[in-house]
Amino acid sequence: MTAVASHLTPLPKSRARKAKNVIATIVISLAFLIALVPLIFLVVYVVQQGSKVISWEFLTDDLPFVDRLPGGGMGPAVVGTLLITGAASLMAIPLGILGGIYLNEYGGKSPLARFIRFLSEVMTGVPSIVMGLFIYTLVVLNTKEKTGFAGALALACLMLPIVIRTTDQMLSLVPPELREGSFALGSRKVRTIRTVVLPNAAAGIVSGALLAVARAAGETAPLLFTIGIVRETNTDLFKGQNTALSVQIFSNATSPFSVQQERAWGAALTLIVIVFITTIAARLVTAFFARRQTA
Amino acid sequence: MPTLVDTTTNVIDVTDVDLPTTDVDAPDTPGTEEEPERERALVFQLKDVEVRYSGHTAVREVDLDIAANEITAFIGPSGCGKTTVLRCLNRMHDLTPGAEVLGQVEYHGENLYGGKVDPAEVRRRIGMVFQKPNPFPKTIFDNVAYGPKLNGKKRSELGDIVEHALTRAALWDEVKGKLKNSGLSLSGGQQQRLCIARAIAVEPDVVLMDEPCSALDPIATARIEDLMEELKTEFTIVIVTHNMQQAARTSDRTAFFTAEVDDQGRRVGRLVEYDVTEKIFTAPGDPRTEGYITGRFG
Repeated sequence: MTAVASHLTPLPKSRARKAKNVIATIVISLAFLIALVPLIFLVVYVVQQGSKVISWEFLTDDLPFVDRLPGGGMGPAVVGTLLITGAASLMAIPLGILGGIYLNEYGGKSPLARFIRFLSEVMTGVPSIVMGLFIYTLVVLNTKEKTGFAGALALACLMLPIVIRTTDQMLSLVPPELREGSFALGSRKVRTIRTVVLPNAAAGIVSGALLAVARAAGETAPLLFTIGIVRETNTDLFKGQNTALSVQIFSNATSPFSVQQERAWGAALTLIVIVFITTIAARLVTAFFARRQTA
Repeated sequence: MPTLVDTTTNVIDVTDVDLPTTDVDAPDTPGTEEEPERERALVFQLKDVEVRYSGHTAVREVDLDIAANEITAFIGPSGCGKTTVLRCLNRMHDLTPGAEVLGQVEYHGENLYGGKVDPAEVRRRIGMVFQKPNPFPKTIFDNVAYGPKLNGKKRSELGDIVEHALTRAALWDEVKGKLKNSGLSLSGGQQQRLCIARAIAVEPDVVLMDEPCSALDPIATARIEDLMEELKTEFTIVIVTHNMQQAARTSDRTAFFTAEVDDQGRRVGRLVEYDVTEKIFTAPGDPRTEGYITGRFG
C-alpha cells in the first residue's frame, strides 16, 4: 500500500463491497414486499367477499335444501370441521409426540429410528389426496359408510408425520447437559424426559402441533371421499355422513350460481378465521412456556 | 451398610453410611502408596481401570483410592482422561453409547459395576456438578427440590430442604426473595452454586465436580473454592480441574494424569502420580509431573 492520506481512507475494494451491500439490501426488501402482495391481497379479498354473507345465521343454520337459492348457512360444516379436526388432533398429536420422543430419546441414530425418521419425512410430502384415498380404501369401503371419523382418520394420517418431525426436532434442541444434570441426580429416563426434557421443548412441540391442526383444518382432499355430505348438523362422528368447510368451499365454488359462490366465500372466511385463531393460540402457548422458563 | 441394589426411594443419610464389614480400610489394601500418617476411610478404590469409547481406549491403568471427607483433585493436560475417570465414579458412562468401563471400581467395598447395581441408585448417592452450569429451566426452588422430590420427600419437607441446601451452597442470601424466579435468571457463578445446591440437596455421599469453575470469573471461583472447603466436612469431593493453583489451594490429594501416544498414534490417558497434594506440588516423584506443574508442558 502507498502512503495513507488519512486513517479513514477506504481500503481498496471497500467501495465495491459497500455497493454490493446496498444492492443486496434493496433486492431482499423488494422480494419481501413482492411476497407480501399475494398474502395481503388474498386476505383482503376473502374478507371482502366473505363478509357479504357472513352473519350469525350463516354460521349456525343448516345448509339450504336447494343450493341455488339464497338463505341457509354453514352450521353443519362449521361443526363438522371442528369435530373432525378435533378428533384427528386427538389421535395424531399424542401418537406423534410419543413417536417423536421415541425417535429422539430412545432411537437416536439406530437404523430403526433412522428408517422411521426417513418415512415420516416422506409422509410429510405425500399429497393429501393420497391419504384420503388410503382411508377410503381401508375404512370407507370396508364399513360401507362415509363418516366424519373416516375423515378424521385421513386428517390424522396427514398430521402424524408433521407432529413426529417437529417433536423430534424440538427434542434434539434440548441441551444434553440438562439430561445429564437430571441423570446425575439419580433420575431415571422416563422421569428425566417428563420433568426436564419435555417442559424444555414444550413451546416448540405445542406450536408445531397447533400448526398441524391448522393445516388439517384447511385440507379438502382427504375429506372429499371419506365424509360424504350432509345438510343438517351431524355431531356423531361414527354414524352418518358429515361435511366440512373445506368441502363446502370446493362444492360451492365450482357451482355456476352466484349465491353458491358467495356461500363459498363465506365458508372460506370462516375457515381462515378458525385457522387464524388456532395460530394465535399457538403463539400464546409458545410465549407462555417461554416466559415460564426464563422469568 | 448401604446397598446399591435397593430400589427404595429413601436415600441413605451420609451419617448412616458405615463402612462395609470387608476390610477395605485395612492397611494391606493394594494402594499405590503407603499410608503412614493415619487411616483413611476409603470411598472409592479403582483397580486397573480402563475406559474405552467405541473400542478405543481413552484412559487406562488407573489405580487410585479416594478417601472420605477429603478433596481429591484430578489434574493434567487436555485429553488425559481425568474427566473420563471422574465419570466412571457415578456411572455416567452408562449414558454414553459405546462407552465401556473395564477393571474394578469399588465403592465402599462393593463393585460399582456389579450386575445388580442400579446406576440410578448410584447417582443418588454420588452427585455431580458439571463444567457448564446446567440449571434446569425451572424455578430456583424447583431446581433444588428436583432431587429430593425424586427421593419421595413430601411437599411439606421441601421448603426446609431447599433452604438448607441453598444455605450450604452459600446462595440463600442472594436468592431467598426470588425462589420463584427461573434458575436461568441467575449469573453464571450463582447458577453453578445453584447446581451445587441441587447436588447436595439429596444428601449425597460423594460430590463429583467436573471443572466446576472453568466457566466462572475469579471471584465466583473463589466463592466456590471456599464452599468446597466447607462441604468437605460432610461430603467426599472429587474435582477435575485444569487449574493447578486450584488443585493446590483446595485439595488434600492430587492425581496427575497425562496423555501418551500409543504405538497406533492414538492418545491414551494415564495416571502418572497420585499423592498428597503438598508432595505433588513440592516434591513430585515423576519428572512428567514436575514438568507439568512447573509449566514446561501441557
